[in-house]
Amino acid sequence: MASASPTILLLRQLRRRPVVLAAAAVLGIILAVALLSPWIVPYDPMKMDILNRLKPPVGGHWFGTDEFGRDVLSRVMQGTRLSLLVGFLVVILATALGAVLGLLGGYIRALDGALMRFTDALMAFPDILLAIAFMAALGPSLFNVVLALGVVYTPRVARVVRAATLVLRELPFVEAATALGATTPRIVLRHVLPNLLSPMIVQGTFIFAYAILTEAALSFLGVGVPPTTPTWGNMIAGAQQYFRQADWLILFPGLAIVLTVLSLQMVGDGLRDALDPRLQKVT
Amino acid sequence: MPAMTPLLQVRGLEKRFPVRGGLLQRATAWVKAVDDVSFDVARGEVLGLVGESGSGKTTVGRSILRLIEPTGGSVKFGEVEVTGLSKVDLRAQRRRMQIVFQDPYASLNPRQRVRELIAEALVIHRIGSRSERRERVATLLEKVGLTADAMERFPHEFSGGQRQRIGIARALAAEPEFIVADEPVSALDVSVQAQVVNLLRDLQRELGLALLFIAHDLAVVRYISDRVAVMYLGRIMEMAPSSVLYARPRHPYTLALLSAAPVPDPDAERGRILLEGDVPSPINPPSGCVFRTRCRYATPACAEPSAREVREVEPGHFVSCILPAAPAA
Repeated sequence: MASASPTILLLRQLRRRPVVLAAAAVLGIILAVALLSPWIVPYDPMKMDILNRLKPPVGGHWFGTDEFGRDVLSRVMQGTRLSLLVGFLVVILATALGAVLGLLGGYIRALDGALMRFTDALMAFPDILLAIAFMAALGPSLFNVVLALGVVYTPRVARVVRAATLVLRELPFVEAATALGATTPRIVLRHVLPNLLSPMIVQGTFIFAYAILTEAALSFLGVGVPPTTPTWGNMIAGAQQYFRQADWLILFPGLAIVLTVLSLQMVGDGLRDALDPRLQKVT
Repeated sequence: MPAMTPLLQVRGLEKRFPVRGGLLQRATAWVKAVDDVSFDVARGEVLGLVGESGSGKTTVGRSILRLIEPTGGSVKFGEVEVTGLSKVDLRAQRRRMQIVFQDPYASLNPRQRVRELIAEALVIHRIGSRSERRERVATLLEKVGLTADAMERFPHEFSGGQRQRIGIARALAAEPEFIVADEPVSALDVSVQAQVVNLLRDLQRELGLALLFIAHDLAVVRYISDRVAVMYLGRIMEMAPSSVLYARPRHPYTLALLSAAPVPDPDAERGRILLEGDVPSPINPPSGCVFRTRCRYATPACAEPSAREVREVEPGHFVSCILPAAPAA
């Protein structure tokens, strides 16, 4: 182990779990679709074609067409872009807020009680209920969905960061930094934060999955992204009246959600196991 | 070897930890980890501090550096009263006094390169330019027996002994006058221990460092120390120049400790003194002499408060025992 870097160890761990690798590959494809969707969509996702409405998935339209004759495949692809964007921004926001709260709680003991009760209060509400409350207050828009979900998932990060900080602050290398004359901000930024990276990445992967799921639910309930934007949740919501004749309207966006969330969860699991030092020592 | 004015003067050092209990987490009792400890360390002198685990030796080292806040007593470093320093002044003072840790794994930040690790003190105290620091790190690495190409590597790429060398280089970076070596070799393989102790001794002589060498291994302490202090239950039992302490130990506890050390001669007569019972709880230590509950020479007088007095039985040889003279082992 003397020469292997943490990255190589991580890859070695992942290689032992083919399911995780497969999930990562699926995630890679989904990500590529999201990035390239404006250039690779077969049809304009917004273009209506009344003559070809509710066509089953055969011929020119692989995923069929919706009630306005729009190409479902193109809309799912654009939805991928939006859903991943929301998920990614939520992860950034929740991780940043959660890291600040967690570090404050873990390092300034006087603040700890108040901060943790605050996160407890946030966590006491079901995710979706809290998100709906925020959306009702903020009004529907893509940006507000990110804001609401970011706040909803902040406590998860805050708890993990606080717990890890409490462990790290007692380690000898932190004491060594104190002995060298480092100020508390320096210790937090140079010694504690870099060592929080792996738990934060793992937590971020899970939040990514939850955020996509909750965003879809919000859109489905009509309190998320405005219905004119083709997100997965909006597509399923719009298909409610037609799914008896055209089940592909629900099937394909639904499959997209399942596939994305499932592969994110599996990658998250794999990362958590691979980054857990206790497991590393055993193998 | 001791100079005229000692570099470090520790007087009546005390550290009590609260034992919390009950509904309101109030302190229901106190653990006296360090109780009335006094000693001097001269410039360029090595003072060995020995004792069993739980004797408070590590707490003494940490309290001197105020990595733990002592609850009483005074620590004077040169002309500076360390216990009275403000946070800002204490940080500036830290250049002058450093520490080498026991665990060479947990004491190095796994996310820092060796160059950053060693240069940290220089960065904190704004010493030198970027290139000067780099040069200094290279010099330090060489001094501790590593090569300059270690600079860009991470701690996990090194063995325990090498890591401890990195830890020593880090402590030396800002040219301190005094270093607390807190069991610096007890986590290492025996074959590596000697190398690291030799390194510490060589550096100490070369740089004229004062060293507080904390250990539970009497042989290691004897080898490196000018003077040795023996601790038991938070108090110093005996302190003397090492040649004197090992040749003419006066305290029954020191005698017992020395008799427990292995002798590299299978035919040697082993007058081993077995200590009975456990170390008493530091929450409720024995009255008078704290060692009396396990001392084979204990008399009723040992329970009196006067039994705690420290006597100078010969120049530089301090003993906390009221017995006239302990019989030879």
